[in-house]
Amino acid sequence: MIGTLVSLAPGSLLPAADRPDILAPVLDYKALMPLIVILGFAMLALVVEIVVPKASRFTTQAVVAIGGTAITLGLTVWLYTDLVAVENQRWHGLGGLEGVGAVAVDGPGVITWMMLLVFGIMSFLLFADRTLEGGLSAFTGRAADAPGSAQEAEAVEAKLEHTEVFPLALFALSGMMLFAVSQDLITMFVALEVLSLPLYVLSGLARRRRLLSQEAALKYFLLGAFASAFFLYGAALAYGFSGSLNLTEIDKAVSARGDEAPLLLAAIALLLVGLLFKVGAVPFHSWTPDVYQGAPTPVTAFMAAATKAAAFVAMMRVLFVAFGGSSWDWRPILWIIAVVTMLLGSIVAISQTDVKRMLAYSSVAHAGFLIVGLSGAYLGTKDGNEITSISSVLFYLLAYGVATIGAFAVVTVVRDSAGEATHLSKWAGLGKASPFLAGSFALFMLSFAGIPLTAGFIGKWGVFSAAWAGGAWFLVVIGVLTSAIAAYFYVRVIVLMYFTEPIGDGPTVAVAGVPTTVVIALAVIATVVLGVLPGPFLDLVQHAGVFVR
Amino acid sequence: MILSLLIAVPMLGALVVALLPRTANGALAKQVAVGVSLLTLVMSLFTLREFDLDSAGYQLTENAEWIGALGVHWALGVNGIGLTMIFLTTVLTPIVLIASWHDKEHEPERTNTYFAWMLVLEALAIGVFSATDVFMFYVLFEATLIPIYFLIGAHGTGQRSYAAVKFLIYNLVGGLLMLASIVGLYVLSTQQGGPSFLHSDLMRLDMSQSTERLLFLGFFIAFAIKAPLWPLHTWLPDAAASATPGTSVLMVSVIDKVGTFGMIRWCLELFPGASEWASPVVLVLAAISIIYGALLAIGQDDLRRLIALTSVSHFGFIVMGIFAFTTVSMTGSVLYMFNHGLSTAVLFLVAGMMIYRRGSGRISDFGGVQKVAPVLGGVLLIGGLSSLSLPGLAPFVSEFLVLAGTFTRSIPIAAVATLGIVLAAVYILLMYQRTMTGPLNEETAKFTDLSRREVGLLAPAIALIIGLGFYPQPLLDLIEPAVTPVVQTVGVGDPPQRALFDISSSTTEGGHE
Repeated sequence: MIGTLVSLAPGSLLPAADRPDILAPVLDYKALMPLIVILGFAMLALVVEIVVPKASRFTTQAVVAIGGTAITLGLTVWLYTDLVAVENQRWHGLGGLEGVGAVAVDGPGVITWMMLLVFGIMSFLLFADRTLEGGLSAFTGRAADAPGSAQEAEAVEAKLEHTEVFPLALFALSGMMLFAVSQDLITMFVALEVLSLPLYVLSGLARRRRLLSQEAALKYFLLGAFASAFFLYGAALAYGFSGSLNLTEIDKAVSARGDEAPLLLAAIALLLVGLLFKVGAVPFHSWTPDVYQGAPTPVTAFMAAATKAAAFVAMMRVLFVAFGGSSWDWRPILWIIAVVTMLLGSIVAISQTDVKRMLAYSSVAHAGFLIVGLSGAYLGTKDGNEITSISSVLFYLLAYGVATIGAFAVVTVVRDSAGEATHLSKWAGLGKASPFLAGSFALFMLSFAGIPLTAGFIGKWGVFSAAWAGGAWFLVVIGVLTSAIAAYFYVRVIVLMYFTEPIGDGPTVAVAGVPTTVVIALAVIATVVLGVLPGPFLDLVQHAGVFVR
Repeated sequence: MILSLLIAVPMLGALVVALLPRTANGALAKQVAVGVSLLTLVMSLFTLREFDLDSAGYQLTENAEWIGALGVHWALGVNGIGLTMIFLTTVLTPIVLIASWHDKEHEPERTNTYFAWMLVLEALAIGVFSATDVFMFYVLFEATLIPIYFLIGAHGTGQRSYAAVKFLIYNLVGGLLMLASIVGLYVLSTQQGGPSFLHSDLMRLDMSQSTERLLFLGFFIAFAIKAPLWPLHTWLPDAAASATPGTSVLMVSVIDKVGTFGMIRWCLELFPGASEWASPVVLVLAAISIIYGALLAIGQDDLRRLIALTSVSHFGFIVMGIFAFTTVSMTGSVLYMFNHGLSTAVLFLVAGMMIYRRGSGRISDFGGVQKVAPVLGGVLLIGGLSSLSLPGLAPFVSEFLVLAGTFTRSIPIAAVATLGIVLAAVYILLMYQRTMTGPLNEETAKFTDLSRREVGLLAPAIALIIGLGFYPQPLLDLIEPAVTPVVQTVGVGDPPQRALFDISSSTTEGGHE
């Protein structure tokens, strides 16, 4: 796409006869349909913002966001069933390159789309729940007011609401979808920015504890901007090394290289910084606890589940497609990062007293487990009968994502007079006060801990298998031992909810609205089904094949 | 089908019990739970009848695909060893449920969950003992942690939450190491022609010596934590001290047996070479467990901790018999697993009845109980004597077989282990003396003797202990044909018969090859 545009510009200055033939890019609209449709709905949401009167705007926006995501999901499923199989001697894949080589609409990519859209629907349902704040959404009424000011009180009085959260979230979702399928580094950078910028804004819009929220947004923005700069620098070096930004072309240059190539190593390192920042891996994790804690909880849920999924798939695509030829350069580094990330996430989580911060460190630990599977760099054999790095990471992302959204949904419901009661001591005795809510949360914790018969177990099983098959059995041993540390703090929450007497009046549990209840129920069902009968989804990811190039 | 039904009946029963309406005294839930457990017992007797003693290998097998993508099967089957353990489980569960009748009187609204968790545990235990697919075995093995965790943490006493977490973390670490080994098995079996976790397929895997040892260690450590082997035993006394007596019985008599059971089925059969390689160390650890557990038991002042520590000592015998690799000792070990289950159940339950009356588990708070409650004293004595392996009671036969077999393998180890018998007499008789004889104190003077319910529930266990003490042959007929192939797989083989009589020739330490 880029190439075509560049050749177009000077051509127009030449006399007609000397003009080179301009090849109109051939676009397969069917393959790109999900991307186009979701972006269309995002823009429709902008129009809604202008034309629909205030009284019905929030509902309309919610319907557009959830409906649009659901329609896109339907299109994506249909697209997946129509992907063409491609084979060569070593691997099998689905789909192919689209948009003049800018995006790869392939098996893993389309499955990631489906996953992101499901996460989107679940999170937008949480966005749309207005029963918890007495008829208002979880977002601030007027972000421009100083926290605690008279204007703010006035905005609450007037029942003002920021309905822009829906278009913002839709743009973030489209960015994530593009990020996961980008086949060249510029497209990937654009997608990275499209997904990040709305998230920075969304993080700062909490209705309660607004200073914390604004601080989170600023932190996220500053660090995120740094990470983007690293990514861009890495892309530039990769271009310097290979003469192209296209992952396939970079791969050719990497495979053809003679000896040591410092430029290549620097490119990989800088690109990894940008990507590891997005997945929240140590040492680029420091934003996670603050942002998870400060952001409005529905946004945290969306961010934790969906950003991680998109970023992991993008990271795998860059590493496996562009730098697969030098995997022995980056695999040892990722092993170290995996170990440090698992350990730090699990150990620091033990000392957390805020449930959102605890979940943030838990998400850091999960990033570590995911890197274990990724760094196995095991692509399997052609018949697709075994767990590969790609399929195991995809399964893990789904298992982790649904449980995360479910857990944050529970967090939105446990409240006291100051909003959400996120301090863990307030959760004591929740098991007696509301057994179903506590039971769901306990289930998500058990899934995070990787206890059998939950989705998390099959997820852990998968990443460990991929790592072992890729020759990193010592990572498996370290991984299982870290799981035991992680289990400690998950179980601690269960102890608190079930075995500890409530302090004072105990937690107040608000009556969850229909959307939140639906989300929790969906997450519970998915966690159990993926744990007991993971067969269908495992089949799906195992037969999605490799990334096409 | 019968094995799946054996798992399904208590599991569905648990669901029903959990969903029954909460009544004031919870009588309905308790009756349903006991009914379900009795039905399971009848079904297990039926299974025993179906089992053909004369044919070798796994019987009553079932095999259905569970997770096709991973090659996981719902595969069940029993041999004599598995069947013995299933029988133990189904016999003990109704006894435990009836013994727990009054446990929840102070909070009747939680009766349903308490009894439901116990039934869940029974179902999972039966599943673990009959699984022939290692993935399924692992899933059920780990799943047993959840009911025990809640039984201790939510329904226990004292430092229950600490004990529950300690129990969980210890066992989880072991389980996760086993998971790493199973991942290794999966990768190996994938490389050698498609993933499969079936016991029969895994036995055919080729693996290098170092791989085999690595995978063995993962399994062994998990089982050594479960059947607490020194130095991995410290969770057990805490867990037993905080659990209700019924929970303790299910935990020590049934679930901990999964450890020694797993050593035979998975360690020895899948990794015979590595098992032989590790056996000197394991035998030493077992001998240390026997002595160390007994010494700690002598110094205990808490009835429940004392019984837990005697179990550490007894598990030492069981592990020793398994890793001596002789038909005699291994048969003895399996029989010991059954007998220890019975005698420990009696001890824990009687201790529970004493604690219920006294309101304290400290031995020094008792005294002279025999004078006011002679039946209670008598039952405690029988339980204690069976625990110290008095001839004529069931554990004696098994302990004798274990020692007889071990002597042919290593005289020093067996000699040290024999000391354990002497120490057993000390800890049991001291405990009896301090609780049952001597002057009555203010509290114990008010003791009532055992009720008819209490006598009735203990009667079957005591009958089995005495019956099997005189005539253990039916169980031996069941166990021995299953043990012989395991001993052959390990390949060390039984020592020549003369070694039993000619001590000088077996000083060559086990005669490995």
